[in-house]
Amino acid sequence: MTAPPVAVTRRGGLPAGVRNPWLVFLGRRFARLVVSLAVLVTLAFLMIHLVPGDPVRAALGLTAPAELVEARRESLGLNDPLIVQYGNYLSGLFRGDLGVSMTSGVPVVDTIGQRLPASASLGLSAFVVIMVSAIPLGLAMAVLTRGGRRRGVELGFTSTSAMIAAIPEFLLAVGLIFVFAVTLGWLPVAGRGGLDSYLLPVLALSAGPTLVIARIVRVEALAVFGQDFVRTARAKRLPPWRVYFRHAFPNALTSTLTIGGLLLGSMIVGTVLVENVFAWPGMGMTIVQSILAKDYPLVQAAVLVYGLAVLLVNLMVDLLLAVVDPRSTIREA
Amino acid sequence: MRLTHWLNALRSPVGAVSATLLSAFIVLALIAPIIWGDAAEQTDPSALSQGPSAEHFLGTDGLGRDIWMRVLVATRTSLGLAVLATLIAVSIGTLLGVLPAVLGRRAGRLAVALVNLAVAFPALLLALFFAVIFGIGAKGAVLAIGIAGAPSFARLVQTNVAAVAGRDFVSAARVAGVGRVRLVFRHLLPNVGEPLVVNATVMAGGALLAFAGLSFLGIGVQPPTYDWGRLLGEGLSRIYLNPAAALAPGVAVVLAGLAFTLLGETIAQVVGLRTTARRGHLGVLPTLRRREPDEPTTTQPGSNGASVYDGVSTQHAAASTDGSTVRPDDAVLVARDLTVSFPGPRGWTHPVDGVDLTVHRGETVGIVGESGSGKSLTALAVARLAPEEAVVRASTLNFLGTSLPDRSDAELRRLLGTSMAMVFQDPMTSFNPSMRVGRQLAEVTRTHEGHSRRAAWDRAVDRLRKVRVPAAERRAAQYPHEFSGGMRQRAMIGMGLMSSPDLVIADEPTTALDVTVQRQVLRLLREVQRESGAAVVLISHDIAVVSQMCERIVVMYSGRVVEELPVDRLAEAAHPYTRALLGSVPDLATDVDRPLATIPGRPPDPGARPPGCAFAPRCAFADDTCTAPPVLEDVAPRQRAACWHPQSGPVAPSPLAGAEPAVDVPTRTGGQP
Ligand code: SF4
Repeated sequence: MTAPPVAVTRRGGLPAGVRNPWLVFLGRRFARLVVSLAVLVTLAFLMIHLVPGDPVRAALGLTAPAELVEARRESLGLNDPLIVQYGNYLSGLFRGDLGVSMTSGVPVVDTIGQRLPASASLGLSAFVVIMVSAIPLGLAMAVLTRGGRRRGVELGFTSTSAMIAAIPEFLLAVGLIFVFAVTLGWLPVAGRGGLDSYLLPVLALSAGPTLVIARIVRVEALAVFGQDFVRTARAKRLPPWRVYFRHAFPNALTSTLTIGGLLLGSMIVGTVLVENVFAWPGMGMTIVQSILAKDYPLVQAAVLVYGLAVLLVNLMVDLLLAVVDPRSTIREA
Repeated sequence: MRLTHWLNALRSPVGAVSATLLSAFIVLALIAPIIWGDAAEQTDPSALSQGPSAEHFLGTDGLGRDIWMRVLVATRTSLGLAVLATLIAVSIGTLLGVLPAVLGRRAGRLAVALVNLAVAFPALLLALFFAVIFGIGAKGAVLAIGIAGAPSFARLVQTNVAAVAGRDFVSAARVAGVGRVRLVFRHLLPNVGEPLVVNATVMAGGALLAFAGLSFLGIGVQPPTYDWGRLLGEGLSRIYLNPAAALAPGVAVVLAGLAFTLLGETIAQVVGLRTTARRGHLGVLPTLRRREPDEPTTTQPGSNGASVYDGVSTQHAAASTDGSTVRPDDAVLVARDLTVSFPGPRGWTHPVDGVDLTVHRGETVGIVGESGSGKSLTALAVARLAPEEAVVRASTLNFLGTSLPDRSDAELRRLLGTSMAMVFQDPMTSFNPSMRVGRQLAEVTRTHEGHSRRAAWDRAVDRLRKVRVPAAERRAAQYPHEFSGGMRQRAMIGMGLMSSPDLVIADEPTTALDVTVQRQVLRLLREVQRESGAAVVLISHDIAVVSQMCERIVVMYSGRVVEELPVDRLAEAAHPYTRALLGSVPDLATDVDRPLATIPGRPPDPGARPPGCAFAPRCAFADDTCTAPPVLEDVAPRQRAACWHPQSGPVAPSPLAGAEPAVDVPTRTGGQP
C-alpha cells in the first residue's frame, strides 16, 4: 500500500510512447514467454537425446535386428549432428510437422489433432465450473463469516474444503465412479460420450481447485473488508452488494488470480490422470501410452502441447492481473 | 524449541491426528512386509476377483490375492519411495536455492531465473518429462518426482535465504571474512531451517500422491513390486467386481498424504508459536469467541423524543445568551449517552462510554483527544460505520430529526448517503486502489440520486474542480495512486460534496499530510463549510488544528467527554487535561525557548479505566475526591467540564510540570450522579 507521495505527472497528459508502463509491461511479459517457449522446445528436443543408451534400441526391444534399429535411427535423423537435428526439428515445428509416431506410423500432428479436442473440452469445462462456483462461494463465505460471525459455518467450510482439497483429483475420480457409476448407476463409468459422460471427470477435476480458490477468495475478501477504502464505500452508503462486488472483490482478486493461475496450470496436467481413470480419449491417454511404448516423437509432441497450455494459462493470468491491478503492473514495469 | 510446545501441539486435534496417523503408517511400513509379505503374494485360483468375505476382509484381486494384506504390505514401498523422492527434491532444491548466495551476483541471477522458469511448469508435467528420460520403473519415478519437486523447494530456499542474507549477523560474518560456502552452511541455512522443515514435510505428502499417480499410470513401480498406486490401477479395472480393491489403496494414499500435510501444519504451529503468542497481547481485541450481547445492538430511545430534546434544550438555553439562536430543531446531530462496546476475552470493554454530542446547523465542532480517547470511534458510531463486532448503544441518536436506530438499512443509506459526508484520515488507503477516482465520486450520485453515468461523471469532474484538483477532467480518469496525498484528500472532500451534505465528519483529515498541505486542506474544509452551510465535525489529536477551524471544542479522554467549550474560551480551559493539551502546543503563550511539554503518562486502556476520573493518574490536582466520577457541569457560560477541581485563569505553558495547585481551587461538593 505504499505509493510515491507525489503523483506521476507527465506534462501534456498524453502517454509518451516508450515510457508507457503498459508497453513496458507487455514487452517484458512477451519476452519472458518467448524465453520460456524456447526452453520448452529445446528441452522437448533434447529429451530423446538425454535418454541413456540408444532410445531406438530401447523402443524396439533387445530382440530387434540391428538393421531395423539402424534404419529407424536414420529415418528419425538421429545419426545427423545434433545441431542439424535441432535445425530440422525447429523448421519442422514451424511447418507444423512434428514427426511420425514410432509405433503407429501416423503423423504425430494427426494424433494430436484427434486427441486434443477431447482434452481441451474437458479442461475448459472444468475451468468454467471452477470460475463460476469458486468466486461466489468464497465471497458468500466471506460475507457470512465477516467480523467473526458464524464460527460454525466458518469451521465447517474450512475443514470440509481442506479435506476435499487434500484428495488428489484422480482418487476423487475413483471415489466418484464408485458412488455415481458403480453403486448408483446414474452416470457412465468411463469413456467420452454425451453430456453425462462429462459430469464425473469435470467434477473430479474442479472440486479441489474450486474449494481451494474459494478459501483464498474468502480469506482475501475478509482482509479487504477491513481496509479503509471499504469503510469509505460504506461511508458513501452504497448498497452492500456494491460494497462487496465493486469495491472489495476486485481488490481481493490479485492473490486469488495468482494462486488460481498456479492451480489451473496443475489442473491441466491433472487431466492426464483423470483421463486415464475415465479412459477419456484425450492427450492424457496419449502421453501415457506413448511414454510406456517409448514412442518418443509422440511423447515430445505431447510434452510440447502440455507445456504450451501451461505457458498460455500463465500468460493469461498475468495479463488479467495487470488489468485488475494496474498498480502492480506499473510498479513492475 | 521447547518440549512443552511440542507436547501442546500434540495435544491439539490436528497434532494428535497427524502424529497418530503417521506413527501407525511407520509401524505398518516396518512390520507389514515381515508379517504379511508372503501371504500377500499367495495366489488363489479358486477365489479370483472376489468381494469382501470372512476369509478375505477386502476381497481378492484378479489372481486371488488378498487385497487387505497387499494394501498393508504396500505401505513400506509407498512411504519409502515417497520419502526417497522428497530427500532428492530437498537436496537438489537446497543446492539450487543457495547457489545465488554462494555464486556471485551474475551467476546467482541465472540460478534464480532458471528456478523461476522451472517453477512455471506443474510438478507433474516435469515428473512425466523426467520419467521419459530416466525410464519407466521405481528408480526412474523416484528420480523424476525428486527432480520435479526441486524447483519449488529451491524457490523457497532462495526467498528465505535472501531474507536472512541482509541481516546483521550475516553481514558481520561476511566482514569477518567467512567464506561463502561456510557462510551458507553455518549462518544462512540454520536460520531458515524451520520453514524448510515444514515445507519438506508437506512436500513428502505431495510426493506420495505424485508417486501414487505415476504408479497408477503404469509409469512408476513395476510388477512384481507393488505400491498403493499400482494396486489402485489394478483395482480400478475391476471396480464392478470388487470396488474395495480400488477404494482401499485410494483411502490409504489419502490418509498418508493427509498425515504428512497435517504434520507439516503441526510443526509450523510449534515453530510459529513464539510470534503468534506475542501478537496475541498486542491487539486490543485478540481473536475471540464472539458472544452475542444480551442487549439489542441499538436501544430504542427509552424516553420519547420530546423529553430528550428538553434535556438538550435546557443545556443550550443557557448557552444562547449571546444571541446565537440555538433551538433544538436546529440540531443536525444529537447523540445522548452514546456507548460503543467490544466483546473481549475478559468481558466487554467500552472505548466510548456515555458520550453526549450535539452539532447544530452550520456549526463547526472539534473533537480533541489523544489516540485512544474514543474520538474517532464516536464519530464512526454516530455515522453508523462502527466496526462489525462493535455494539453501539445510545438513548438518543438523531440525525436531521430522524432517529437513526429506528430506520431500516435502506432508509439509512438514502438519508445518510446524501446528507452526511465523511473524510477519513489516510487519503492513500481510503480510496479504492483499483477504481478510477472519478468513478468513485460518480458512484455517490449514481447510487443515491439516480444520475446517469454521464451526469454523475460530469458532476464528479465539477466537484474535483471545486476542490481545486488541477486538470480535473484528466485527473478524474486516473487511479488514486496517481494523485498526491493532498490532492487525494481534496478529492475525498469533493466526494463528500457530490450531494449537498448537512454534516461533514472529518476524522483526522490532515494527520497523514505534511504541514503546507495540511493548511490547504483545512482552508478547503473551512471554505466548504462557509459556502455550503454544512456543519462540520473535525476530529483531531491536535488542539491547535481544531482551534484554527472550529467554533466549539469537545475534549475527550478515555471514552468520555471531559470538557466542552467555545474556542474563544480556550485560554481559560477548566479541565486539567484540556490545559495540559494546550500546554503541549507551542504557540499559545509559550516561551519559544522552552522545550515542548508533553503530557506524562499514557491514557488508560478502556478495559482498565481507574474508577472515578480517568485522568487522575496523570493529574497534578488529583485527590481523594477524584475517585468518584465527575460529571459534566457548567463552569462558565457555554463551558462545561467534568472535573472536581476545575481550574481557572489563563493556561500556563505546561501546567503539569511541577504544578502547584492554583491558589483558588474551588472544590465542588456533592453533585454525585
Ligand atoms: S477530577 Fe480530579 S483527577 Fe480528574 S481532572 Fe479533575 S482534578 Fe484531575
